[in-house]
Amino acid sequence: MTVLLRGQQASRLRVGGDEAPARAELRRQIGRLERELSALIAEGFGRVAIDGAVAGSSPAPRVLGLGELERVRDELAERVGEARRALAERSSFEAANRELLRGLIESPERHKWVRVSRADVGEPGCGAWHSLPRLGPIGMLMGWWRVKVSSGCPLAGRLAAVEREGLAAGPSGVCA
Amino acid sequence: MGWEPAPRQGWVAPHLASEFPGLGIAWVEVEAKPGKSSEAVRRRLRDLSDRTYGAEAVRLRERPIPWAYRVFFRQIGLDPDRQRTPIEQLTLDRLHDGGFRSRGLPADALTIAIVETGVALRALDADSLEGSLCIRDTAPGETLPGDPGEVAQGTLVIADAAGPVALLFGPAGEAQRVERATRRIAVVATQVRGVPQISVEEALWMAAATLQAG
Repeated sequence: MTVLLRGQQASRLRVGGDEAPARAELRRQIGRLERELSALIAEGFGRVAIDGAVAGSSPAPRVLGLGELERVRDELAERVGEARRALAERSSFEAANRELLRGLIESPERHKWVRVSRADVGEPGCGAWHSLPRLGPIGMLMGWWRVKVSSGCPLAGRLAAVEREGLAAGPSGVCA
Repeated sequence: MGWEPAPRQGWVAPHLASEFPGLGIAWVEVEAKPGKSSEAVRRRLRDLSDRTYGAEAVRLRERPIPWAYRVFFRQIGLDPDRQRTPIEQLTLDRLHDGGFRSRGLPADALTIAIVETGVALRALDADSLEGSLCIRDTAPGETLPGDPGEVAQGTLVIADAAGPVALLFGPAGEAQRVERATRRIAVVATQVRGVPQISVEEALWMAAATLQAG
């Protein structure tokens, strides 16, 4: 039975001929594009959302024909192109913000109230640089400006406390 | 092989072997029955959880073996961002659940072996299998045992001498699933191009040893 099935399958698939090297080449290209897309997604993680999904995929595994492989290859190439563009745009945005941050640190009085977050310059974490007047209104009148660096992400303990307070206060926005 | 039980190598339909060089199937049969995992297995899952971080999950798809499975998924028409490869699914579950949850044997044994090696493994009821396993595509009218629907012609399946037993990287037929009554478990590894033979053997050995130890 096994031998019979093998024979049937070979004739059914219509493999071989001149298309086999083309399919092999397309599979190689898919592998290369997948590697490139994976690297771009990892590079952009947390900075820019990159969609790696390829439309038109099949729910069941099967041998794809030349046209289907081309479609997968083209879709992947498109995803790679989009990812490169998104990363390039994000990189120039971050570069501009780094320049702004340099100016902010050098002369906070010329960047009043400007706030640059770590995410804006492509750094992990929740911190930010904020140009603020020393001693509030007095500093504003006197031109005493400084850069305040926030201490980073809120601690889980503090967030939990806020959650507990919220629960204790009961549901909001409900009229009794 | 030098260890017991020795893994068996299945065959791949020749036209598929020529389309997908490196595609292979190997399995090992173990006397074991499903049930709660021992404390040692659950401790190992906790240790694995401690070693699996979000940053590692992001970089996972760049590692050679997970990448090889992603590429193969693309090549057979599956989208690995919708239908996850086994290692990626487990890693996502780990991040979602905050740890690798114990789901009993043989699931825990497979989790340990897949996360450690990256190799795609699955478990089948060994007593329901007839002869050698293979990877082939389906003929018209073929079904998965116990499932009412017909499998579309040309679907890639894992089959035994009697017929298809599971979709490749998909669900198994009802008769081949590991159930409470199962007494012998077949741990099946699917190898694709880019996955070294040594990793396949290591994955099978690890899963079999965990199953035997309970």
